[in-house]
Amino acid sequence: MRPVSSWGRLSAAPHDVVELADRERIGDALAAHQPGVAYGMGRSYGDECLNPNGVLWNTAGLDRLISFDPATGRLVCEAGVVLRDIQRLMIPRGWSLPVVPGTQIVTVGGAIANDVHGKNHHGAGTFGDHVHTLRLVRTDGTVMGCGPDHQPDWFAATVGGLGLTGVIAQAELQLRPSPGPWLEAETVPYTGLDAFFRLSDEAPADWEHTVSWIDCTSGADVRGLFLRANPTALSPGRPWRSRARAMPVVPPISLVNGLTLRSLNRAYYALGTRHPGKRLVHYEPFLYPLDGIQHWNRLYGPKGFYQYQCVVPPGPGPQAVRDMLESIQRAGEGSVLAVLKTFGDRPPPGLLSFVAPGITLALDFQNRPGALRLFERLDAIVRQAGGRIYPAKDARMPREMFEAGYPRLGEFLPFRDPGISSAMSRRLMGS
Amino acid sequence: MNAKTRIVVIGATSAIAEHCCRLWVERGPVDLTLVARDATRTERIATDLRVRGPASTVTVMTADFVDAKDIARVAKATTDAGAVDIVLIAHGAMPKQELCADIDFCRETLEINAVSPALFAEAFAGHFATANHGTIAIIGSVAGDRGRKVNYTYGASKGLIERYAQGLDHRFAGSGVSVVLLKPGPTDTPMAAEHKAKGRKLASAEQVARTIVQGIDRRKFVVYAPPLWQLIMLIVRHLPRFIFNRLSL
Ligand SMILES: Cc1cc2nc3c(=O)[nH]c(=O)nc-3n(C[C@H](O)[C@H](O)[C@H](O)COP(=O)(O)OP(=O)(O)OC[C@H]3O[C@@H](n4cnc5c(N)ncnc54)[C@H](O)[C@@H]3O)c2cc1C
Ligand SMILES: NC(=O)c1ccc[n+]([C@@H]2O[C@H](COP(=O)([O-])OP(=O)(O)OC[C@H]3O[C@@H](n4cnc5c(N)ncnc54)[C@H](OP(=O)(O)O)[C@@H]3O)[C@@H](O)[C@H]2O)c1
Repeated sequence: MRPVSSWGRLSAAPHDVVELADRERIGDALAAHQPGVAYGMGRSYGDECLNPNGVLWNTAGLDRLISFDPATGRLVCEAGVVLRDIQRLMIPRGWSLPVVPGTQIVTVGGAIANDVHGKNHHGAGTFGDHVHTLRLVRTDGTVMGCGPDHQPDWFAATVGGLGLTGVIAQAELQLRPSPGPWLEAETVPYTGLDAFFRLSDEAPADWEHTVSWIDCTSGADVRGLFLRANPTALSPGRPWRSRARAMPVVPPISLVNGLTLRSLNRAYYALGTRHPGKRLVHYEPFLYPLDGIQHWNRLYGPKGFYQYQCVVPPGPGPQAVRDMLESIQRAGEGSVLAVLKTFGDRPPPGLLSFVAPGITLALDFQNRPGALRLFERLDAIVRQAGGRIYPAKDARMPREMFEAGYPRLGEFLPFRDPGISSAMSRRLMGS
Repeated sequence: MNAKTRIVVIGATSAIAEHCCRLWVERGPVDLTLVARDATRTERIATDLRVRGPASTVTVMTADFVDAKDIARVAKATTDAGAVDIVLIAHGAMPKQELCADIDFCRETLEINAVSPALFAEAFAGHFATANHGTIAIIGSVAGDRGRKVNYTYGASKGLIERYAQGLDHRFAGSGVSVVLLKPGPTDTPMAAEHKAKGRKLASAEQVARTIVQGIDRRKFVVYAPPLWQLIMLIVRHLPRFIFNRLSL
């Protein structure tokens, strides 16, 4: 037994961690140690990858590549391979992952289990859209292959399936041609949500990646930075070196708090407006801005933090976002990492995939009672608008909220593996 | 002449050795021979390395690590195929000390951790001496720096490796052959699974491999990985016995 946390650091309960290292013998390990749940890089924020006092199947040792075809861009690899390793290896060879979340320290298995999205959702869809096949190992020892064209029902349940249909042993991913590691990026400061929606509407045609940071302390006339970028074959003619820094310790109190919030946001805005116009940036700092500071999640102190990420449909979306921002400001809560983005219309491949057409808002909140009260108000707004919350970021949504947000839950349940149970599955599905 | 650096890895299924191989194939084409006891698992690692470094050549060879004849065969076969630039001797096993109360098991532990690596080193030393070329890199351990009750059979084996490496280093001083002794601290690999279960802080295999590959490049005689262990072990080695014996390190 050893203490394990997820990214939000809300708990550090003891777990019986079983290391999976041999892809041909996963079934034996699952049969001998269950019920449990798979653990990738623990980059989900809440209790999805946790099973306090129970078994965790750690996939870190399943990190081998199996084949790559440079003619088609198909990569077969084990599920514990970290996206950063694929990017670092393949981009110099002219290929890249088509979809990457805001951190690249996630595993292929984790990226499938949450059907993650990136800053290019409008063009590229979700991670699951680029999986040709995957191999699933069930706790009864059954091994099965599935993909969009083969056992598609199992595929739809497993993509975005929160790790509950079986352990993904390996996957065949479609990479796409990449002109190189540089992006031509532009930062556009704006004021007011209307300006954000205008920028978002214009962007898809011309920009591969779009995302916006907002200052959640700036009120209804929200101030933000719209970031957009395209891959480019241009290069600044100097090599890029990652300057990894780390948050060395857990401070005794959250460094993000009522006193610092406003100035942190101001500082970030000021930093962002320093370089208006187009410039070349390396893909790592643009796509994974926080990976440069290891353990940044320690900033929130020993009590940890929550992330609230929801998506609201296009019609009622803008008003819902306004209402949420107002509630957040009124509550005096909020974060330095408020992100606003629009998703494209492409329906995601999984029964429980989070992505839906509309607007997504994501914010971090230090763990204190006020934040939990605020979440209830935000839930009401999201529900009213017909939206949903992202399980990858969640540690507290009520079961009714989950059921309302994921109408295909009933179709999903028959695919669950009875030997798999997580703190989240017990909270949201009762087992 | 073969342009690619030729590297032979003994105990190639070791997590630390595998990460060294990844670093090698990712920085440029090399010619790797992976030697281990289990063909299937070694082949899987070879496949991964070929995907990571398509310009590299990776071959697999199996051997009985405690059979002196087989050890001689591996050294001859790999050096006959062309000049070997580096041999990394990586294998080892760290059983619970209590198990070594079984004298037969104790012998096996000494054989795999002490005798076997020494024989591999000696076998390659012969060929490298003839060629006046090659680096013999052996993975010892901080556990070899001072005997401790928790793992003295393993620790003593690592101590033997250190003396052996020292002797070889003396023998090859001023020649084209170099000797590198690598001493990792506790590292997150299957070997240290128990440490991990107890929640001990471990270095990552990748981090340790980086230090090892760099140490081999620089042909330093002793390389601690991570380097901080050099200082820690300096203190541990010099603790007076009356203090040391009261500690449960
Ligand atoms: C800074 C940061 C930015 C982020 N940005 C984004 C973003 O832009 N878009 C986005 O979509 N997400 C984002 N995320 C969330 C993150 O991408 C997901 O939580 C991802 O699933 C984490 O992967 P992991 O390997 O750490 O998995 P874990 O967090 O360890 O596990 C997540 C789930 O995957 C399951 N799982 C893991 N491996 C397997 C396997 N082999 N087989 C079956 N199930 C498995 C687990 O059981 C669990 O249910 C971000 C997270 C962070 C910390
Ligand atoms: N991990 C640590 O904390 C640590 C600390 C200091 C030093 N070291 C040293 O680092 C080296 C690499 O170990 P690691 O941490 O990478 O551990 P590992 O992943 O457990 O690797 C151990 C290796 O030794 C091989 N081996 C063990 N017994 C064998 C036998 N009887 N015959 C043939 N091969 C045998 C294993 O082969 P199989 O795969 O076939 O079992 C495997 O290749 C070892 O010399 C170890 O002593 C490790």
